Amino acid sequence: MPEDNIILPVSASMSKMTIQDSNKSQFGYNPSIGASSNEITPTTSSILLNKTVSLNPGVSKSINKKAFEVSLSSLSFLFCEIVNWSHKKSKGIQDLENRLNGLGYQIGQKFLELSKTREGLKYSKREIKIVEILQFIHSTLWKGLFGKIANELEKSQDVNNEYMIIDNCPLVSKFVNVPKDYGDLNCAAFIAGIIEGALDSAGFFADVTAHTMPKEGSPLRTVFLIKFDDSVISKEEQTVQS
Amino acid sequence: MSSYYFTIIGTNDTPLYELEFASFKLGGSGASQVPGKSQFSNNVKEILPFVTHSSIDLIEDVQWNNNQFYLGKVDSFYGLSVNAFVTQGNIKFIICYDNGNGRYDENAIRQFFMETNELYVKELMDPFYSVNDALTSPDFDLRIKLLAKKYL
Repeated sequence: MPEDNIILPVSASMSKMTIQDSNKSQFGYNPSIGASSNEITPTTSSILLNKTVSLNPGVSKSINKKAFEVSLSSLSFLFCEIVNWSHKKSKGIQDLENRLNGLGYQIGQKFLELSKTREGLKYSKREIKIVEILQFIHSTLWKGLFGKIANELEKSQDVNNEYMIIDNCPLVSKFVNVPKDYGDLNCAAFIAGIIEGALDSAGFFADVTAHTMPKEGSPLRTVFLIKFDDSVISKEEQTVQS
Repeated sequence: MSSYYFTIIGTNDTPLYELEFASFKLGGSGASQVPGKSQFSNNVKEILPFVTHSSIDLIEDVQWNNNQFYLGKVDSFYGLSVNAFVTQGNIKFIICYDNGNGRYDENAIRQFFMETNELYVKELMDPFYSVNDALTSPDFDLRIKLLAKKYL
């Protein structure tokens, strides 16, 4: 099924530049050539020294600005389209959840770096413990994405490598009404994908799934079940010992 | 005048970006040289990618015990020093440099890495860029070189 490749997490798509691609603007790295593709020449050197360059103004903006407010309607319509689009291509409920997960994955990878940079690298620390990265996702990352922190963060009592992040009303599923014959489909699989992407790129390999577990007063309450890979657990135990 | 070799290594241990340069601050080496052009001799140039690559193991040993972004000096090889920085998403910034004349500024390298991280994150926000792609944008290259000029 070649179509399935479309939205799986693509992490290793090398650039398609070749040796022949010439450097039109004097700047730019070409991975097929290596370090000699962007070495400093007399021309680029004088450009750098004399500052006779026009920088792309979009990139000049600081990324440390406080997050903007986005209208809930436009977000919901966008998510509606996302679900609709994935639904048309999917072959079943499991497949639809996988597709939503895959779309969220890349957001997670990128948003992790962004929110860490926004926090300010000078005073913050790199998260290297399971509990710390989970707390970071539960509070800082959640706040950046949804404007509030997640409701609960729990460790499974029976299984060593399972953790849960619980949100009483995930923002994206606010207006989603799952038809009865769709079983236990939960569109927050998209958010599960975001968590998975963030954890994976931070080096804590995990599988994340979303499950609806209604409680009185919050019918949309969703549990994000995080199952860490065994290697993550054993690595953590090693660093604790040493 | 120190020369530097800067690399960004992705999560698959492949280089995403490389840059060879020298300090733009004028040394006593005369006006015949192009400012900023690296002064590594040819046989050092060849081994730079190997020195960088061999330091990845050392970085991975340190990164789970040290919760700083900037890891400081992690390795050295016949007069070449290697300093490293790891982002939250496990992208490694590695810089190899010769500090033959002993003049090197730890703080400047740290600052350079911090601002590079910001540039990298901006590049990451590009919808046409996904993690572990090579950083081929001319604008990124130019900005890294401006940072190099500013700090090193």
